[in-house]
Formats: sequence, C-alpha cells, structure tokens
Amino acid sequence: MNSQVNLQVSSTVTATAPAQGTEARFAYRALSFRRRLILAGLFCLLLASFVVDLMLGPARYSATQVLDALLDPAGVPAALRVVIWDIRLPVALMAVVTGASLAVAGAQMQTILNNPLASPFTLGISAAASFGAALALVFGVGLLPIAADYIVPINAFLVAMATALLIHVLSQSRGVTTETVILLGIALVFTFNALLALLQFFASEQALGAVVFWMMGSLTKASWSKLAITTGVFVLSLPFFFRHAWALTTLRLGDDKAASFGINVRRLRLEIMLLVSLLAAVPVSFVGTIGFIGLVGPHIARMVIGEDQRFFLPASALAGAAILSASSVVSKSLIPGLIFPISIVTALIGVPFFFSLIMSSRKRAW
Amino acid sequence: MVSLALKGVGVSYGRRMVLQGVDTPELRGGEVVAVIGANAAGKSSLFRRIAGLVLGTGQVSISGNSIVAGRARPSACYLPQDTAVNAVLTVYESILLAFKQGGSWSVSDAELRRIDAVLRELEIEDLAFRGLGELSGGQRQLVSIAQTLAREPDILLLDEPTSALDLHRQFEVLSLVRRLAHERRMLVLISIHDINQALRFADKVMVLAHSRLVALGAPREIVTPALLADVYGVRARVEVLDGDQPHVIVEGSVKHAA
Repeated sequence: MNSQVNLQVSSTVTATAPAQGTEARFAYRALSFRRRLILAGLFCLLLASFVVDLMLGPARYSATQVLDALLDPAGVPAALRVVIWDIRLPVALMAVVTGASLAVAGAQMQTILNNPLASPFTLGISAAASFGAALALVFGVGLLPIAADYIVPINAFLVAMATALLIHVLSQSRGVTTETVILLGIALVFTFNALLALLQFFASEQALGAVVFWMMGSLTKASWSKLAITTGVFVLSLPFFFRHAWALTTLRLGDDKAASFGINVRRLRLEIMLLVSLLAAVPVSFVGTIGFIGLVGPHIARMVIGEDQRFFLPASALAGAAILSASSVVSKSLIPGLIFPISIVTALIGVPFFFSLIMSSRKRAW
Repeated sequence: MVSLALKGVGVSYGRRMVLQGVDTPELRGGEVVAVIGANAAGKSSLFRRIAGLVLGTGQVSISGNSIVAGRARPSACYLPQDTAVNAVLTVYESILLAFKQGGSWSVSDAELRRIDAVLRELEIEDLAFRGLGELSGGQRQLVSIAQTLAREPDILLLDEPTSALDLHRQFEVLSLVRRLAHERRMLVLISIHDINQALRFADKVMVLAHSRLVALGAPREIVTPALLADVYGVRARVEVLDGDQPHVIVEGSVKHAA
C-alpha cells in the first residue's frame, strides 16, 4: 500500500493527499521515513566536511591518512598523530559542537518566541558576550575570582546569561509581544556595541587587537578542556529538549491551543529560555562571536524537514554543525597558510547560500 | 457522565471586568449549549475560564471537582477563535499534536487511525498533508475542529468555530458536533453569531450581556423580542417553524426606531 503514496520531490514538509481509499497514515509513515533519510544525508554531509577539515592545514593529509590516525593512532607516524589529535581534532570538533549548539539555541529561541528573527546574535546574547570578554581583555576585570586563563570566557558567559535573563524577565511583562522581545534584543545589540566601542576607545593597542580578534570568532582558541565543557552542556541539554519535543512543536500552534492541549506554556518557555541561553553563551564565550549559524541553521532545517521537533531539532543541530564545519574548511582553503576568522567566513558563505535557498524555495518556511 | 457548574464566575483583565457573577445550574454531557451575545460580551473569556486558561473569581466545577485556575483540564478542550498559524507543519501532524503530549516519540498505528477517523468524519482527508500556512480561513477552522475532536474531550468549548465556513460546511460541522455530543455524551459549549444556527442546533441557549449571564434555558423559552432588543439592540420577531423551532427575523435597529 505504501507504493501508492507519492511524496512531492520539492518539499518534505508536505506530501500529496493519499489516493482514494488509501488511509493517510501510510502517507505519514512514508513522510517520516523520508525525513529520517534526510537526517542521514545531513549526517553524511557533516561527516564529509569533518574529515576534510582534518585533512586541511599547513600540512595537507589524505583522507586515508586522517582515518588511519583517527582509528589507529599508534600505527601512524608521531607527527601525523600529534597534528591530528592535538591540533586539528579539538578545532574540528569544536566547529561541530559550536555549530550544533548555536543552531539548536536559535531553533528553540525561534520556537518559543514564535519569531523567525530570533537567534543568539539578534537577541543581543552574542553582543553581550563580546562586551563581557572585552572587559577582561581591556581592563583585566574578572566578574568572578577565577583562574586567569578563564577570565575571558567566564566574563563573556556571565554577561550573556544576565542578558538572556533580562530578556526573559522583560518578555514576561504584561502586554509584551514576541515582536517587542525582538526589538528589545536589537536595542541590546546596539547598547552592547556602543559599550564595546567605548572599551575599545580606552584600550591599549595590544588589548584592542585582542578584542577585535575575539569578536571575529576563532576556532583556533579551542582546546580539549573547552571542547569538553561545550560538549557537556550540549549533550546534557538534549534530553530536556527531546522530552519536550511534542510540547515544543505544539507551541507553534499558538499559546491558547498549546495551553488547551495541556501544556504549561509559561513554565516551558522559561525553562527553554534559560537552557538555550546557556547553550548559546558557552560556545560563544570560548570561541568568540560567531553570528548567523543560530539564524540560518534552523531555517535550513525547517525548509527541508518541517517543524516536528523530533526531526527539526536534530536537523537544526546537523545543519548548524555542517555549516560551521564547512566554514572552517573554507577559512583554511582561501589562502594557503592563513586561517580566516570564522565569523567572516560564515557570513560571506552563509548569506548568499541562505538567500539562494529562500529564493528557490517554493514553500514558505514561515 | 460529565457535568459542568459555574458559581459566581468572573474574569477581569487588569482593572477591566469582562465577566462577573455567572451562575449556572449543572449542565450535563450530551447537551449542546449555544453561548450567544454581542461582541465583547465575554463569551471567549468564559470559555477560557472554564478551560482553566485564565484566572478569575468564582468556582468552575467539572463533574463535582473544582478546577485549578491557570491550569488546563484534560477533560475540557477549548478551540480558540483565532486559528491562524505560520508553523511549517502538515494538517495531519497538527491533529496528532492535539492528543500526543509527553510520552514516547514513536507514533502507534492506533493513534494514526484516530487521526484518519477524524479526517474522515469531517471529510477533510484531502487536506491531510497540506501545510497549515496554505489553508484558507474555513479550512483552518475545520482543522482546528478536527484537532479538538481528536482529543476526545468530555467538554468541548468551541469559540465561533463556523465563522469562516460556507453555509454547507456550517450545517455539516454543527450537525456533526450535535451528533457527537449525543453519541459520546459530551457537553458542548459553542459560541455562534448566527442566532438562527444557534437556535437550530443547540439544546440550550446561554445569553451573555453587560458582562453577565442574562438567560439560560431552552431556545424557545428564552429567546424573545425583548431579550434580543436588550442584548443586540435590534427589533426582531420570533417565529416558531415546523418542528417547534424558533426562528428570529430581524426588522431593524432599536436605536433607529427610537
């Protein structure tokens, strides 16, 4: 009976109506199967990009050498092992985890605020992190008495979280719409940018260079310990999102309907906002400002797979991870021997790609 | 069988009181109660209060249990007036969401059959895999009704569910709601602006005006020219058609007559 069901080639969000006498549940099963295939395709893309990312650098290796070094470290030359395991692997994995974290954070911000413009970047969380980092870089001011190595990321994290909480508290005020929240986010972006400019004005030449470099975002700051923290936050947040997959999908039907279907909308929104703030703030505090992923990753996922969170969430994570991993590849390929700041690459590649997707898409994503 | 009773129920938004002192006798499953009244009479607020979606004064009891304000009751399902959404979901998925909350990620055949049955009942199988954003206003209303029916609630609160439907669809949907209410012993509260539709399909009529309940009872007992003048400000005759059914004929505005 499945063979009677035709799915549209152009979009996976919809399928054609079932043929006369065919129950719609078979078409639904076919649609779910197709979405699993898309997820598998996205995973393969990510895997390919990840391997290429490991191949590229001042010394170029073949895919076979990379796979040998990964699967049998003791069996390859020491130089190859050190380059892959100690230098490139943390950076390549950081690209994957950061991309996935930012995309999931963006996806859930868009879901709970019911607005396609929501992302860590547009809500001012990234700008807040930059300001916190700049405080440490320019004045050496740490918001917590901790080891000097972690002053910058901790400052970035604390200011980003405080901003996220401020956004949440204000968004709960009476009469505040999701549009107001986005406007508030834009106002915060301008405020933190102005404060950042003020810090740069007072900064020494050396500190100014450090601030600018941090703001451009760089995966080369990655280390195994930073990767472990970022991955830990990402992995620990997933079960919560998975547990609320049905409720989060239902939020998109509107607050009244979601509440009527038994969902505690207010509480869910608070919990998700806190979690996504953490998810966005941690990677940004380690690798600097990386815009665009949190906005584009979910949009691509939504276009190819729809908004059923069981598929949308992993698709967003895979799309974000693949984009940042591919950006890492490009940042190393443009000029041999030179690694471009990652946020420049994500914007330069991502924007035209995103526009082409929007213009060629026959279905509205929002 | 489910029952619903309201005692001194009121709703206010800030300092603005939209509903106060609503008392009803026990309304029982198997009945269709049409809630009528002018715009902003408090019909939606009453539904939201019964569903537990807004805070308020007084007591709402479902089958003898007082409901916790601010928390939805699984047994009561509210269909809001505004059903426009921009979610990238199919109609089929949106109906699944109506009853699939929490629990497993996998969807059983029984759950899918439940959706198929609702689609068949409303004759909207052809919409199953259309995106929600592609639907017309009337189709959106049908899908929303499908979602509410799929929940199989004991109390169904339908807020102007037929306002965007053509005459044929209005008749079909209201007939279906009436049949299901009787078959499943479900209590249906439905707000409709077309008073003749309300009189035709409802077992009882509840009239709201001036933020209060002004009448509740069988259609032919309570719908009178005086009530219509008070609630809607119109001059109207009430005729009784075949089958003992009252029918309202509006002749003009009370204001113009004065």
